[in-house]
Amino acid sequence: MASFMIRRIASAILVLALVSLMSFALIWLVPGDTAAAFLDASATPEQVAALRTALGLDKALPLQMAEWYGRVLSGDLGQSVLLNRSVAGALLERLPVTLSLASFALAIAIALGVPAGVAAAVFHNRWPDQLFMTTALLGLSVPDFWLGLVMVLVFAVSLGWLPSGGFTAFGSDPLGWLKTVILPASTLGLVQVGFIARMARASMLETLNQDFVRTANAKGLSRVYIVLRHGLPNAMIPILTVIGIVAGALLGGTVIIEQVFSIPGIGRLIVGAIASRDFPVLQGGLLFLAVVYLLINLIVDLLYAVVDPRVRLS
Amino acid sequence: MTIAFHKPALSPRQASLRRLARSRSFQIGAAIVLAIVLVALLADLLAPFDPLRSNARMRLTPPNATHWFGTDHFGRDILSRVMVGARISLSIGAATVILTGLFGTVIGAIAGFFPRFDNPIMRLMDALMAFPSIVLAMVVSAVLGASLTNVVIALSIATMPHTARIVRASVLVARELDYVEAARSLGAGELSILFRHVLVNAMGPLIVRLTYVFAVAILAEAALSFVGAGPPPPAPSFGAIIAQGRDFMREAPWITIFPGLAIVLSVLGLNLLGDGLRDALDPRSTM
Repeated sequence: MASFMIRRIASAILVLALVSLMSFALIWLVPGDTAAAFLDASATPEQVAALRTALGLDKALPLQMAEWYGRVLSGDLGQSVLLNRSVAGALLERLPVTLSLASFALAIAIALGVPAGVAAAVFHNRWPDQLFMTTALLGLSVPDFWLGLVMVLVFAVSLGWLPSGGFTAFGSDPLGWLKTVILPASTLGLVQVGFIARMARASMLETLNQDFVRTANAKGLSRVYIVLRHGLPNAMIPILTVIGIVAGALLGGTVIIEQVFSIPGIGRLIVGAIASRDFPVLQGGLLFLAVVYLLINLIVDLLYAVVDPRVRLS
Repeated sequence: MTIAFHKPALSPRQASLRRLARSRSFQIGAAIVLAIVLVALLADLLAPFDPLRSNARMRLTPPNATHWFGTDHFGRDILSRVMVGARISLSIGAATVILTGLFGTVIGAIAGFFPRFDNPIMRLMDALMAFPSIVLAMVVSAVLGASLTNVVIALSIATMPHTARIVRASVLVARELDYVEAARSLGAGELSILFRHVLVNAMGPLIVRLTYVFAVAILAEAALSFVGAGPPPPAPSFGAIIAQGRDFMREAPWITIFPGLAIVLSVLGLNLLGDGLRDALDPRSTM
């Protein structure tokens, strides 16, 4: 167990180092003069040169990289050109917004996806299977931002039940938070639910075909007991894996959905930075999201050991 | 005495094709995709109006007998724009499939076939996959400067690592097969073994994956256009039409709804096609 965890954490650190290098390398993709790209066309050559020095772009590449690593390790992601404040500060301030939205969406996706997938497997090739799998496939084919717009049209514009956008912090008004977050979270969750349902079904089908399930059947155990006690725990590892992947996709999804519902999270920060060519925010935001994703997957992998004693003991 | 006539056993390829022909998913998916490809190819002939010509008197007209999908704030016909948009969105999807397929195959093949390169390459792919793919595509497209080509490059960077991983997994299995050993003992060179004997085994999973990449590319391009990191106007891709319609959601929801339905239909067709291909070509995979 200890060696499994150490190996897993070591590989996460290696990937983290690469991820941070890639976020840095983003700046190499900028066509032409990077410093000039930061400023608009009216900037004088002196201004460009000054910015180049300020950004450290005039130094040798290995030195730039060493400085970037040094700064990242101390939690400094640079200064936003537009906001005139630290990128790390701006990201941390918006993290609770994005995280609360993404976790709510994940909860919706799990709560709908796992039971639907299990039911589809139990009623293999019968109507619940066909109904749930067709719905899942349809969900996978809908663009999240468009579904969000349709949700606004139906529930905010036509019915007037919910606000069409904005955000209330959970801490200040839990009910208000629920009102502002239920449409965007449902949108995100509904788009992702298909992945979880499809994987839960596949994994459950495989488990239910195993010998020990036949033995349990032969012993005369009830069907519900077999599915919940013998089936689900053994089908859990692939489901956990896909939940980890979905959590990552939700981080990406929130970036888009925050635009639709005007939610002041990390996504709006990043999209705003695209329009204003605020490269430090783009670099920092990308790195930040990747770190959150790696953390989620590290937790998922460590959860394997909790769910499956074979992982723990090997 | 009875004589049993056995039908000759089907080759794996025949068996796959038979499964494919019988797959309901494949039939429906192929029909949808074919119809949309035809509309995209013949958009200039089929479109009832010029998708770029504005008509101030007809602005924000609801769907009617002349304008089936209504018109936008410039009086442009939405049906015509969606038809031409299909061409742009499908072209971006197809180009992404080609680029991802090419690089994913080469990188996955090298990692799977040459153990020396496996670990470094796959850790790099892990790192690329740690970025939420839609955000990665968005940022790369923004940094390169939004253009049709750069959007394709951005989408390919975002979809390539997973493709490489799938090719690598097939190559790892095929590398150990007896006939590869046989080819080697007959003196075949490593590269000829890789290309002639090993990579064929990756074709099934690769084709399935690329079908889904096509679907993902259409969805991602639309999202990119929506946040302003897509191909620049006047190209009316599906996403660009939706993004323009957003400001008129209340008074003219049809501008937003119809191109969205076109995306759903295209992506649904591709997903059905992918599911059918997966069941036929890659029977071992679970999902």
